[in-house]
Amino acid sequence: MESQRLLDSQEQASAADPRDARVEARNDDSAGAAARPELELLAVDKTFQTRQGSTEALSDINLSVDRGEFISLLGRSGCGKTTLLRILAGLIAPTEGEVRVGDRSLWHGANRDSEALSKFGLVFQDPNLFPWFSIEDNIALPLKLRGVAKKARRARAEELCDLLGLSGFERSYPRELSGGMRQRAAIARALSYDPRILLMDEPFGALDAMTRDKMNLELQSISITTGATVVFVTHSITEAVFLADRVVLLSPRPGRIRSVVPVTFERPRALESESDSSFQEVVRTLRHELDEEGV
Amino acid sequence: MDTRDRFMKLLPWISTPVMLALSLGVWTFLVRVVGVSEFILPAPRAVAESLGALLIDPEIWGHVRITLTEVLAGFAIALLLGVVGGAVLGRLPWLEVAVRPALVAAQVIPKVALIPLFVIWFGFGITSKVVVACILAFFPILLNVLLGVRSVDRGYRDVMRGLGASRWATFRDLELPSTLPHVFAGMEVAIVFSVIGAIVGEYLGGNEGLGYLVVVSLNALDSSKLFAVILLLATMGSVLFFAINGVKRFVIPWHESVTGRDIG
Repeated sequence: MESQRLLDSQEQASAADPRDARVEARNDDSAGAAARPELELLAVDKTFQTRQGSTEALSDINLSVDRGEFISLLGRSGCGKTTLLRILAGLIAPTEGEVRVGDRSLWHGANRDSEALSKFGLVFQDPNLFPWFSIEDNIALPLKLRGVAKKARRARAEELCDLLGLSGFERSYPRELSGGMRQRAAIARALSYDPRILLMDEPFGALDAMTRDKMNLELQSISITTGATVVFVTHSITEAVFLADRVVLLSPRPGRIRSVVPVTFERPRALESESDSSFQEVVRTLRHELDEEGV
Repeated sequence: MDTRDRFMKLLPWISTPVMLALSLGVWTFLVRVVGVSEFILPAPRAVAESLGALLIDPEIWGHVRITLTEVLAGFAIALLLGVVGGAVLGRLPWLEVAVRPALVAAQVIPKVALIPLFVIWFGFGITSKVVVACILAFFPILLNVLLGVRSVDRGYRDVMRGLGASRWATFRDLELPSTLPHVFAGMEVAIVFSVIGAIVGEYLGGNEGLGYLVVVSLNALDSSKLFAVILLLATMGSVLFFAINGVKRFVIPWHESVTGRDIG
C-alpha cells in the first residue's frame, strides 16, 4: 500500500489498551512504551430527551487519544460529532460511559474535575468573542478567570496577537475584524493559557476556502510548536486528512465510530501535498466509506 | 463609501435645523396669512415672549424642581424594582410562568386610569405622582431586563462553561455586560414614560409642578403661556432622555445601538 511507505518515526506510540482494540486496530503496527493516553472515551453513550421521546445521539464510543496526537472527527452533519466534542470538553455529560483526561475522570457526579478542565482549550464554529471586550481582553479572558494580573495578561495577549497575525488590533472590538481574524482571535484565546488539549468544533467552517487553507497551515504549525493534543471536528474530508494523524469517521443515527484511518504523511505538510496521489488515496478511502453508509 | 458614511453622519445636523425652520415657517404662515385665531395658535413671537416671562419668574423653577423630582424618584424606584424583578424572573422560569398572567393583566390595564385612585390613596402631594411615574416606568424596564437575562448567547455561555468559570465571573464578564444593552433600552423608554406619568398625575390633582401649570394656563385661556409650558416640558423630557442616552454611550460603547451600523 502506498501510504504504508509513509509511516514514519513520528508515529505516536499507541496505548495497548484492550478497550481500544477497535480504535487501535488500524494503528497497531507501531510499537513502544504504552504511555497513558491523554484523552479517553470509554463506552460513551449519549441520549437526548426530546418531546418525541429519546434520541440516541452517540452509541458505544471508545476512543483514546495520545499525547500530541492530532485527531480529526469526520462525518456528515447530524452524525453526532459536535455532541462527541462537547462531551470531550465537559460541556455536556455522557449518559453512559466515562471521559478520562490523563489519569483523571472528567466527571465526578454532576461536577467536573477542574484540573482536567483546565487542560482544555476550546474553539467553536462561531468565534464567540464577547462584543464588550477588546480583542486583547477577549484573548486574555481565560487568564483573567485564573487571576493572572492585568499586566501579564496584556503581555500574553500581545504575544498571541503577534503569533496569529493580529498585531495592531489588540484594542479593536471583535465587530471591527473580519471573520477569519475573529476566528484567529478565538484560537488565540484558547491558546492563552497553553492548554495541553485543543478541542475544535469546525472552527473554519464559516470561512472561505482560501482563508481556510491558510488557517489549516497555521493550525498545523501551532500544533507542532505547542505540541498540544488536538481533536478537530470537520465535515471536510480534505481538511480532516490534511491535519490529522488519525481520522475518526463517524456514522449517524446513532453516532458510532465507523472506522479510524491513520494518516502518516510527514509534517509539516504543505498545501500542495493535497494533490499527491497518496493523499488522494486516503481521501478516496474515506469518501468511499462515507458513500457506503448512504444518506 | 467613506464620504457616504460621513455624509450620513452629518445629515441629521443639517436636516434638523431645516425641519425646525420649516415648521416655524408654516406656523408663522398659518398665523399671519391664513389668519388662525391667536387663541388657537398664538404667534411664535407671543410664545417666545411668554416663555421669556416664564423663565425670569422665580416661581417657575419651583415647579420645574417638583416635576423633575417626581420623574426622577419614580424612575429610580422603577429602575431598582425593574432590574431586580427582571433578573429574578429571568433566573426562575417557574416564577415567571406563575406571575405571567398577572404581568400581562397589569400591562394591558391603562394605568393612567388608575391615577384618581392613587390620588385618593396617596393624596394630592408629590407621592401620588411618584407612584404613577414609577408604575409607568416599571414595565418597560422589567420586560427588557427579563429579555436580556434570557437572551445571553449560548455560544458565549459555552465559552465560560468550557473555561470552568465561577458563578461570579460568569455574571461579571458575561451576564452583566450582555444584559446592560437591554437595561438601557428599557431605561430609554422608561424615562419618557415617567415624564408622562408625572405630568398626567399633576393634571389630575395637586397645585404644583409643570403639569399643574399647564392646567392653570388652560383655565386662564392663556394659550401662549400654555405653549411655553409645553415647550419647557418638551425640553425637560429631551434633556432626561439624552442624559440616559449619554450614560449608555459611556457604559456600553461597544454596542450596536451606540456604534450605529454594523461593520463588515
